[in-house]
Amino acid sequence: MITLLIKEIRSFLSSLIAVIVIVVFLLAIGLFMWVFPDTNVLDYGYSNMDTLFSMAPFVFIFLISAITMRSYSEEKRMGTFESLVTKPISDLQIVLAKYLAGLFLVLFSLIPTLIYYYTIYQLGAPKGNIDSGAIWGSYIGLLLLGSCYVAIGLFSSSLTENQIIAFITSMFLCFFCFTAFDQISKLSLFSSIDYLLEWLGINYHYESISRGVLDTRDLVYFLSLTALFLGLTFKTSRKGI
Amino acid sequence: MSIEVRGLTKLYSEQRAVDDISFSIKSGEIVGFLGPNGAGKSTTMKMLTCFIEPSAGIAEVCGYNTIINPMDVKRQVGYLAEHNPLYLDMYVKEYLLFVAGIYGIKKDASTLVRNIIGNTGLFPEQNKKIGALSKGYRQRVGLAQAMLHNPKVLILDEPTSGLDPNQINDIRKLITEFGKDRTVMLSTHIMQEVEAMCDRIIIINKGKIVADDATGNLQKRFNSSLLLNVEFKNEVTKVQLKEIPGVQMVTENGRNRWKLAATKGSDLRELVFKFAVDTGNVILQQNEEEQRLEEIFQHLTKDIS
Repeated sequence: MITLLIKEIRSFLSSLIAVIVIVVFLLAIGLFMWVFPDTNVLDYGYSNMDTLFSMAPFVFIFLISAITMRSYSEEKRMGTFESLVTKPISDLQIVLAKYLAGLFLVLFSLIPTLIYYYTIYQLGAPKGNIDSGAIWGSYIGLLLLGSCYVAIGLFSSSLTENQIIAFITSMFLCFFCFTAFDQISKLSLFSSIDYLLEWLGINYHYESISRGVLDTRDLVYFLSLTALFLGLTFKTSRKGI
Repeated sequence: MSIEVRGLTKLYSEQRAVDDISFSIKSGEIVGFLGPNGAGKSTTMKMLTCFIEPSAGIAEVCGYNTIINPMDVKRQVGYLAEHNPLYLDMYVKEYLLFVAGIYGIKKDASTLVRNIIGNTGLFPEQNKKIGALSKGYRQRVGLAQAMLHNPKVLILDEPTSGLDPNQINDIRKLITEFGKDRTVMLSTHIMQEVEAMCDRIIIINKGKIVADDATGNLQKRFNSSLLLNVEFKNEVTKVQLKEIPGVQMVTENGRNRWKLAATKGSDLRELVFKFAVDTGNVILQQNEEEQRLEEIFQHLTKDIS
């Protein structure tokens, strides 16, 4: 499994996907945080990183869908999936290796943003006047959100041999899980179960963790959502062959 | 028994891709698995390598059941899938090391990879990307990854399809070399291939086994009807030739050239000579032809309609 994990990461790196994803992510977030007048921290005047943590989930929808879209569909289309699963590695190990490789890339793209934290920490008046607890909570929330997205992306990719279909399905599912429940719960039609609906969405738990409180209920939610989609991937990975 | 198959069946909705087949292959045998496209060759091989699950029946490799102990089966088998799927963006050496890692080979990985690169003649190409290799070399990489972990059983799905004659020869040599002390099962629809390499032939058509015998026996069994190629100097008609006693089938084979099939037991050479004398014709050339496997294959797999 480790071998496959390393191979997946190397194939991200050698196919430039990783580089492009990380560069685009940092560029987009950097522009929002420091340059664009509506959202930049300098004009805003408060020493926090809300811009990063409110934009990142949406940027991730594109980027994580892009990095996971080929994981299964490409292998199925090229037939390499056949030679992979006829080697002594179980389907579950394949799912986990691909998931961990995706998660590793997410982690890798987040690490450079720690510079922003340091910068804002230094800019605060007085120096260091920043809600560190909320920042770390948000980072963990973002990582957990990325983990869900990777699982969703893998699932979408396992459904089809076509990468474009996988990409679009994945974007839709990520978007749906992130914010659609929120929006639906606001409809007066569902006013009796609005709390439950809101609770089902990622956004609710993400915001809860972003406050800096690591509630086990939120952790359980993120981990179960990830596990759910990894389980579905495991189930569908052999379909259509 | 290296491979044991009993009542193996695969259904795709209504279609029976593989229909209740049984055979067993002793260790050390090189078996050719023959059949027209869509006969169920690949499906059978995919079931033997744990890629797809059979709808019914049992498949065992080295005593391990493909459903109960898939991991053990996978460890014993080296498999080259149809169309030779490879990661085109990986380097040859990198890919082989990756395969070694998947098989859990840690210590001797680099030695093994070096050996297999030497044995398969990949040395000059070892630092290239697989995508940059020619088809022949890609096939060698495919074989290398199948043979890397010294499997007891080698299952090759059309290992020589799409190669030029020289490459085919090289690949055949490799397979024969490797198959000396191991079990090899290879599928193909090229007859010369099995004639050249295999001890035994299993012919499959429409999901059913239609012949399963040693290569020599199979040739003998169908040689009862002899073929005669004749070239006359002057024109003769098909009808005239058909009237010769003992002639079963007549096919035209070019200008004044005919191919005659004899019924069992009759010697056509004499009769055709008499025919020529009677009609005042001259035989320019006449030779007997052994029925080759190709014809046996066609005979066994043609539609009976």
